Formats: sequence, structure tokens, C-alpha cells
Amino acid sequence: MTTATPSAPTNKLGFTKQDYVGSKSTLCAGCGHDAITAQIINAAFESNIEGHLVTKYSGIGCSSKTPAYFINQGWGFNSVHGRMPAIATGASLANRNLINIGVSGDGDSMSIGMGQFVHAVRRNIPMIYIIEDNGVYGLTKGQFSATADKGSFLKSGAKNDLPPIDPCTLAIELGCGFVARCFSGNPKQLNAILKSAFAYEGTVVLDIISPCVTFNNHDASTRSYKHVKDHDFPLHDLGFIQYSEVEEVDISAGATEVVTFPDGSKVAIKAIHQDYDPTDRFGAMKAIHESMAKGEFLTGLLYINPTQPPLPEVLNLVDQPLATLTEAQVKPSPAVLEEIMQSLM
Amino acid sequence: MTASLAAPSTPMGAKTRINDFSIQVATVNGSGSQTANTVLLRAIFQMGVFVSGKNLFPSNIAGLPTWFTIRASAKGYVARKASNEMLILMNAETAKEDIAKSDPGALVIYDEPLQLDKLRADLSYIPVPFQKLVTASCPEPKLHKLVKNMIYVGVAARLLSVDMEEVKKAITKQLKGKAKAIEINQAAAMAGYDWAMENLQDQDHIKVVRDNKTNGLIIVDGNEACALGALFAGVTVVGWYPITPASSLVETFIDYAEEYRKDPATGKSTVAIVQMEDELASAGVVLAAGWAGARSMTSTAGPGVSLMSEFIGLGYYVEAPGVFFNVARTGPSTGLPTRTQQSDVELCAKCSHGDTQHINLYPGNMEECFQFAYDAFDLAERFQTPIFVVTDLDLGMQNWSSKPFAYPAKPYDRGKVLNQQQLAEAKDWGRYKDVDGDGICYRSLPGTAGGKGSYFTRGSGHNAYAQYSEKPEDYVEVVDRLRRKYETAKTHVPTPVFRNLGSPKGVLAFGSSDPAVVEAQDILAEAGLKTDYLRLRALPFTAEVDAFVKEKQVVYVVEQNRDGQMTNLFRETYPEHATKFKSVLHYNGHAIDAKCIVDKITAFEQK
Repeated sequence: MTTATPSAPTNKLGFTKQDYVGSKSTLCAGCGHDAITAQIINAAFESNIEGHLVTKYSGIGCSSKTPAYFINQGWGFNSVHGRMPAIATGASLANRNLINIGVSGDGDSMSIGMGQFVHAVRRNIPMIYIIEDNGVYGLTKGQFSATADKGSFLKSGAKNDLPPIDPCTLAIELGCGFVARCFSGNPKQLNAILKSAFAYEGTVVLDIISPCVTFNNHDASTRSYKHVKDHDFPLHDLGFIQYSEVEEVDISAGATEVVTFPDGSKVAIKAIHQDYDPTDRFGAMKAIHESMAKGEFLTGLLYINPTQPPLPEVLNLVDQPLATLTEAQVKPSPAVLEEIMQSLM
Repeated sequence: MTASLAAPSTPMGAKTRINDFSIQVATVNGSGSQTANTVLLRAIFQMGVFVSGKNLFPSNIAGLPTWFTIRASAKGYVARKASNEMLILMNAETAKEDIAKSDPGALVIYDEPLQLDKLRADLSYIPVPFQKLVTASCPEPKLHKLVKNMIYVGVAARLLSVDMEEVKKAITKQLKGKAKAIEINQAAAMAGYDWAMENLQDQDHIKVVRDNKTNGLIIVDGNEACALGALFAGVTVVGWYPITPASSLVETFIDYAEEYRKDPATGKSTVAIVQMEDELASAGVVLAAGWAGARSMTSTAGPGVSLMSEFIGLGYYVEAPGVFFNVARTGPSTGLPTRTQQSDVELCAKCSHGDTQHINLYPGNMEECFQFAYDAFDLAERFQTPIFVVTDLDLGMQNWSSKPFAYPAKPYDRGKVLNQQQLAEAKDWGRYKDVDGDGICYRSLPGTAGGKGSYFTRGSGHNAYAQYSEKPEDYVEVVDRLRRKYETAKTHVPTPVFRNLGSPKGVLAFGSSDPAVVEAQDILAEAGLKTDYLRLRALPFTAEVDAFVKEKQVVYVVEQNRDGQMTNLFRETYPEHATKFKSVLHYNGHAIDAKCIVDKITAFEQK
């Protein structure tokens, strides 16, 4: 199965990191999205993800191209603009064994696809919903998106007069049980959050500030590398420990909080800047609003509640993937039809 | 109170119409009249007489005018009839207009205080003191409004010679299990009957005489028939959004799934049903579920199809299966949402931007609603594409008598899907490679183990290996193959049904127009104009359709829309025969009737 050299390290499934890569990226050199892709590959490798169970969904835009750049063993579906959540919903219901990764952008999710974003989160679709957030429409060459900060400027000099929509506070408001914000320039934090996300059963909303080097990386932009680096306030150091039946869980010293997932995996949270409780929903909302008011990007695991049942459980679906049910399992008998016909006579 | 029938106003010697009449009931919606009307319809049905019902209702919850037409026909004609022999007028707001529009000689049962009997001299009036009767028969004042309508059922039963035992049976059936409601309604019907026995003379305009035409038949609507087809087809994912007149299709399915789609061991559900946020999302769920290997469906109407059209094009181009029921209503825009039309023909034939062609199924009766719904899932998986099952409000929501549905014994066709072993053995597999030359490629399903078969589905340009491509030759290869696939469908879709009287003149219709066309064909034949009738049941047009078009001197295309949409499809498909097609159109929101077809074909013939 492995295509790399025999000496390349393998994970518990026997895969090398090379088994998790995708096709070559066609995005601009230095694009933040490519850094995210790299961490998805790392996290999937380190989390021992079964590549053939991975599905990768996207809508339209630069971000939506990226599912082609990771985990070629998985199945990709690049759909229509803003409609990725419906695709993820349908496929995840058809086969509840799938590991669903949706990659969207700020335009795809916060404008044209806002309705679908909201309802996918509300339904707690089992998926990692990544928003590669650069505040700008890249593929159509540089128009403002709905997450652009008020008062920020386009490369062309145009000023944004409207307030931004924040995907994170919105997701918390909608009842999402795993909300995080990261910066594509902070691979360590992104890696830990992605690994935690793989262990989570419902919708993960992951807003990743990802500067657009071509259209939004100038001095007057609040989404430039420099600006984000200067205003990135990581909340904590995260240590993710995947559940294992054989290994003792080793929580690092100094962890202020340990959150346990239904599968036994744990994330250890060690606060850096402030005493932040990511299990406190209202506290999280308050802290995010306060930091936004100061022009900061609060990054890390903003809110977590691993107990919420994902949609297939809410619908009380059979454990076997619906797509694999046989005719004998789903087709009622002639006696049933006879009974129904009698009732209509 | 001395109500008595006026002398029959029909011409001397006119025969009593036995089991051959229409009754129109005018009420206010939300007043329980639907129950009363269904009881009257069922009672006649139980007398062994062919009967059909049309509910003409407003887009409103309560308080607006509604009409219900019951037609009995010894010959089995079940289309709406343009004229009515009996009127039951309960709505003060519309009574005067209803009287003005009624046919000479009609019997008019009306609520006494409306004082309608001076309006026209050529009608027979039967004023009924409904309020007095309901007060006497029903002890609970708060129920008076709801059971008042059941009184006219009793009065009509008496006048038509419908057996009251059948009325009682119908009430029991209609109010299944609600003992108190059954008792109160039966008492109200009886009160009407007893009053009529005491106060009315016999009439000899119209009568019900016991027959045996309905033995073993069922009464059902098309939405329920489609829901049952989907149930037996084993649908596993349903994404939907409420819309008149399509909601009851999924709602009925939900009821049946609750009973028949639970895993016996665990009680867990073998179908996922999600009410989505809109039709766009519903379409996405359907196609993605189909892509992932489930049998999936949605049910909608014209405005919903418009919203879904972007996704439908994606489904066509990436080749994802899914079943789309369109229970058509009167458009454009919101149009008349509670009225019927066949005006989504072109929309569903070519739904979405770019070059798109879709397989469409047009059931024309209840058995076909059931069977085509079942078949649609096979076709979707065989052809890996969205399939439209196009019905309309008339088929979907009205009551139709039908033979009981035959068990669909044919095993499911899950199409060309490669499993882990087949993928391992396949040489140079490509998701969009036309190995068999029929335009249908082999697909793999997400989650298949073994490291083979994964591919990237994209709505953008792709080649035979599902790789991104903007090359002209790759693009053309894919879209030409899609056309080849559509050609292949010609030998898989339902073939037309013929009713040939032996004539070079053709009549062509589809869907809910069928009963009216059959009746019109008989009327025309009696008048000396024989026709051959082809009932179209699917797109693409099959070889039988080709032959009919080539053979006939003229083809009257009967359809329920303004623009002759099916005629357009025929002119486009058969340009060399374009002048043969004459549109016979009906599009006022009411179900089509035979008279309209007869009049229009006759006018064409006289030109």
C-alpha cells in the first residue's frame, strides 16, 4: 500500500504520510490554504485515519479546490457554490461509516452558502467543516467577502463599510459542539486541533484565517500574514491523545483542562494567555466578542461539548450504512402490500 | 317547514341518469367538508359504482371557498365533467355565482337561509334547514360547525337512493378508530336522511343503482401511490421541503416508514428522512446520498424544481442517481398553488443550465404512480442520473379508484457498481470510461476498502478518469457520451400505451389527461371521428413513439399548459413532422375535461 521508501515511518495502520497526500496544488505559491492542506495530511496520518473512508466535500472557490490536494485514497466531491453542506449531509446519511471533511471558504460559507452552513451545524452533521477564511473572493479576482473586517481595504483601494460575520460565534450560537479558530501560519496549533477534530463525532467548525497572498496580503488588509501574525492570540497549548486500548494516556503536566471524547480520546488544554474555559459556552462567546473588539484573533479550541448526538443518531438509523442495506432488508413483503391494499378498499 | 321538490325541469321523457352524474359541493374550507365529501364519494363507491372526486381548494387554512366534485360513471369515465346535475350549496359567499353558473335542470340543495330559489326558474330547489337539524342531532354546540356538512350527505343519499348502511360504513372507514366522532357524524348523516325521507318527494333526474363495478378496487391518491412505490423500492435517504401539492407524498411515506421500515431486531430506522431548509439542500442531499450508494428521493413542485435546477445539472454531469418527484401545480411563479397543470414539461425535460436531458416518467393512473415510482429507483441507479417522476395535483391529491397494486416482484437493479474485488481485478478503471458502449460507466462507492476505486467527483470539466480537464476533446467526449447514455434509455423507459380505434388521425397525451382523452375519443367516435390514441409514459421518446409520429397524418397533442410544451418537444425531436402536431390545450387550473378536448379537436377538423 505504501509508495514511499521502505524507511519512511508508518502509522498504526501501516500507512506512510505519502499515503495521505493528494494531487499537486494549483494555488498561488505561498497560499495559506496549502499550509492547511499540509496539516490535514499530517493530522490524518498521525490519527491513523482509514483513507478509503474519507470523503472530501467542497463548493466553489480557491478553498474548494483543495480537497483534490490531500488524501487521494478518499472520495472527493467538488459540488456547487455554497452547497457543500447538503452534499455532506446526504453522503453522511447514506453511509455513517464515512469520515467527512468539508472544505469551504468565507465566500462559499458566509454568503451564498450561509443557509446551508447554518442548518448543517444545527443538524450536527458528522463532519469537519473547515472555512479557509481570507476575507476575499480569490477565484473571481479580489472582491470583499462577508468576513472582511469593517474598514479594511482591498488591494484596489476599495474600503469595506460593512461589519463582518464571524463564523465562530455564529457556530456556537447554533449549538455547535466543537468550534475552533486557527491561523494557517501556526502549524502546531492547527495540527492538534485537526487531530481533536478527527475524534469528534458531530460537526466541527474550524475557521482558519488563511491569508490570500495575491489579493489580500497588503498592509491595509486585516487578513495579511503580517497583520494576523501580529494579532494572533493563541489561547492555549493543546495536546491531543487518541484513544488506544493498549497505551496509558499521558496528560502533560500543567494542563488546565482535559476533555474526553466518547471514543475515549482526550484533548489536554494548557492555557497560555488567560484563564479560558472552552467548555463554557457563554464565556466563550464573551471572550471572542471582547477580543474582536480589540482587533485580535483569538485562536485555539474556542468551545467544546463532545456529548451532542450527531444526526444519524438523532434519526435513530441502523448501525449498518444505509447504502449497504440489501433488498431483503428494505423491501416489504407481499403480505405488507396486501395489508395496505386492504386498508384502501 | 314544507320543503318539496319542484317538478322535474328536464324535458318530458328525459331518462333518469343512472350512475351517470356529477355533484358539486360548495363549502368553506376548514369546515370539515372534505370528510363529508369523501364519505359521500365512498358510499357511492361501495354501491359498486365507478366514482371520482376532485377537490378544488384554495391556498388557505380556513375560511375561503372550496368546491368538491363527485362524478359517478357507469362507463368508468373518471375525468372531471364540465356540467353538474346536482349542486350542494353551503357557502353564502359563492352561492349566487354557483347558481348563475349551473346547468339547467340541476338539483340544488342549499342552506335554507340563503334563499336561493328565486334566482333562476330552470333549477329544482331543495332548501334544507341545516342549523335546525344539526342542533337537534348533535349534543355538543362546539362541534356543530364540523358535523353540519354531514347532514347534506344524508340528504343527498336519500335523493340518490344511496344505502345509508354504506354511508355509515364510509364514515367508520373515514374516521378510523375515533369512536365518538363516528357516532356523532353517523347521527348527523341520519338526521339529514330522516328529514329528507319525511319532507322530500322522490326525484328521477339522477339515481345510484347498486352495481358491481368497484368490487375489489381501492381508493387512493397519486401521492400515496408514489410513496408506496418508493417504500417497496427500498428508498433509504429522503431529503425534502414542504410544498403544495407534493408534501403529502413524503408525509405519507413517513407514516408507512414508521410502520414498515424499522429493523426488526433493534427497532432502528432503515431510512433517513430529513426535512431540509429548502429545495436546494433537498436536491443536494438526494444526489450526494445517491453518489454514496443509497437509494434517494425528494418530492416537490415547480418552484422547488426551479430551485433545484443547479443541483440537477450537477447530478446530470457528475452522474449521480436520485429520484425527483414533481407533483406539478399551476405556474408560473407562485401561480395557483392548489390547482393543477402540466406546465413543467420542458423544465423537467431539460432542467438546469448547459446541455442537459433527463429521463422523465409520466404515470397516468394510480397503478402507474406506484409502479413508476418503484421503477424510477432502478432507472436512477442504472443510468446514474437524476430521474423525474412527473405527476400533477390532479393525480397526486385527488381520489382515484384503482385496481389494487401488484407486488413488484422484479429484483432491484442497482446498476453498474464495482465492489472491492471487482475494482482490484479491473484493468485501467476510469469512472467515466464507456466500457460497454452504452454510455453508462462503472462507478465505485465511497468507503470501498482495498485502496482502489477512489476518484474525485467534480462539476467542472473532467476526463474519462475523473481528472480535472479543460481540454476540448475531453469535454466533448463526456457530453457526447452523456447523449449516448440518453439514447440507451430509450430501450429502458416505459413504452407508450395505445387505444387505437383505427384511424390515420392521432391523439397524444400523457399523465392526468388520460381519462378525459379516453372519454373524448368515445364522444368523437360516436360523432364519426375515429382516432388512434398514444399515451406517452416517458422521456426519451421510444421507437413506438417514433413510429406513431411517422405514421399519422395529424397528431393532436393534448396537454394542460398554455404554451404547448410537449408539442414543442415533439416539434424539436421530429422537425420533419413539425406541421403534424396540433396542440389541444387546457390550462385554467381545473383538471381537463372531455368536452374541452372534443370541442378543440372538432374545431381543428373543421378548419
